[in-house]
Amino acid sequence: MIRFEQVVKTFPDGTTAVDHLSLEAPTGKITVLVGPSGCGKTTSLRMINRMIDPTGGRILIDDQDVMDVDAPKLRRGIGYVIQHAGLFPHRTVADNVATVPLLLGTPKAEAKERAHEVLELVGLPGDFADRYPAQLSGGQQQRVGVARALAADPPVMLMDEPFSAVDPVVRDQLQDEFLRLQSELGKTIVFVTHDIDEAIKLGDQVAVMRVGGKLAQLAEPAYLLAHPIDDFVSDFIGRDRGYRALSFTESPRLPLAPEPSVALGATVDEARAATGDDWLLVVADGRPQGWIEPERITAPIEQGMLHRGGTVATEHGPLRAALDAALSSPSRRGVIVDDDGKLLGTVRAHQVLSAIERADRPEVHEEDIAPTESVGEAAP
Amino acid sequence: MKTLDLSYVSDNWSDIVHRAWQHAVLAGLPLLIGLAIALPLGWWARRSTRLRPFLIGGAGLLYTIPSLALLIVMPVILGTKILSPWNVIVAMTLYTLALLVRTVADGLSAVPGDVEQAATAMGYTPVKRFFGVDLPLAIPVIAGGLRVAAVSNVSIVSVASLLGVSQLGYYITNGYQRSYSIEVWVGIIGCLVLALLFDLIIQLVSRALTPWLRVRGAS
Repeated sequence: MIRFEQVVKTFPDGTTAVDHLSLEAPTGKITVLVGPSGCGKTTSLRMINRMIDPTGGRILIDDQDVMDVDAPKLRRGIGYVIQHAGLFPHRTVADNVATVPLLLGTPKAEAKERAHEVLELVGLPGDFADRYPAQLSGGQQQRVGVARALAADPPVMLMDEPFSAVDPVVRDQLQDEFLRLQSELGKTIVFVTHDIDEAIKLGDQVAVMRVGGKLAQLAEPAYLLAHPIDDFVSDFIGRDRGYRALSFTESPRLPLAPEPSVALGATVDEARAATGDDWLLVVADGRPQGWIEPERITAPIEQGMLHRGGTVATEHGPLRAALDAALSSPSRRGVIVDDDGKLLGTVRAHQVLSAIERADRPEVHEEDIAPTESVGEAAP
Repeated sequence: MKTLDLSYVSDNWSDIVHRAWQHAVLAGLPLLIGLAIALPLGWWARRSTRLRPFLIGGAGLLYTIPSLALLIVMPVILGTKILSPWNVIVAMTLYTLALLVRTVADGLSAVPGDVEQAATAMGYTPVKRFFGVDLPLAIPVIAGGLRVAAVSNVSIVSVASLLGVSQLGYYITNGYQRSYSIEVWVGIIGCLVLALLFDLIIQLVSRALTPWLRVRGAS
């Protein structure tokens, strides 16, 4: 657990970057610090591994004041990932990843072996190990950055906008993989971002900070979306928060209607016989592939003929996915599948909305007037 | 114009090689000593914004001292004999420093900020970071400065022949006094070849030390 106790950072020029910050980052969880630029989130992060020393208050890692530990030694026990990865351009990928084990005195062969293991873990196959960072794409460099931070298996990881310099598709992919990794590794993570969507997607708890280095609200993402504490937080969370909050509500049993379907390769006559509707679902091996309009086709169904606009939701997935499946489907019937991706049936938007109306919203914490008080509840 | 009589070169070949070697040592040794001193000074200048102007300005000022004056003053300062090669070596080291302190500071400044930051955050101590990260990445810039210093040293060393210290400059001054142009040419071409040789060696070493700069670009 990382604990900030009334931490203050005033720079020599008199600006206060962090103003009496108190919060806890519970063990094994992701705590996201989010806020506009100038809110002191990065400064707060860097005080944990003493890249910056606080001018007041204390930061404790498992009850040990970080100021009592020799800085380089402290840092070797804390993984650190930054925006542009900051890889050493003069070292191969494997040597980059082996950096901290080597600093800790691990024998060279062992460190190299460890590097290969971790690279595998972040999805970079063996032949990347001997390349230089300049030979990798931005997304791949960022994976190496994560691997390097994980190499010495530190219990704590600090991440400073690690995914904000890559394109949105890659970012989404990296975020998903990061969550998968974290579910396996269970590190204590402090994650800084200016992107509230990223904060809500990744955080077990989210600390919204305001300019001047004050904590505005600390809460779980679903709670934050449902009950922003003031105008600053609600403005910062932005629009669509009602819709986005549905990401955290698991679908109840939805009233699924059986959906007629044909397999890929079906003839025109088979397709027209299967449904009286304008739109017909095409499956392969039981898995939905896309929609076609039977009246418009003139040849057996191929992949290239499919309308792919519709999204697919899983049975017990979030309500947001179910609603989106209905809204995005050309037939207005949202496709629902089981955990293996096999077709279960379809649901209509109004049915999802009824389910939403019946779903619970997170209840307001009574003590939420003083945000620092809710810290204890988020701790495990 | 008379045809050049190349027999002077073949007759004096072993003497020319000997003086070329002395010239190489007088110009080359100060390069190494100067680099060794410039590394900590440049590192210091890079770290301390207050000392930076003094270190870099002070070093730069050394270069404005006329070489002949510096060579004459050296025995007085060092207490060496007037013909001692150390006078030349120390003087040349000062000129090397004049060029390299700034180069080293510039080279270290060229290390990307996020790389430095990452190195510190990984738990590098300042000394380990200097040799493990900053210095290797500064090699291309430092090598550039060394090339300038090498050529400058080779040319300034020839002045030392006025003091009687043996090297290739001897052929230039001696040939000039005797109005024997082929001898002057031996001195000039010898210096030129030596300077090119230094330049080539520095480039090759720099290349060998920076394999990451020659990999094919990002895929």
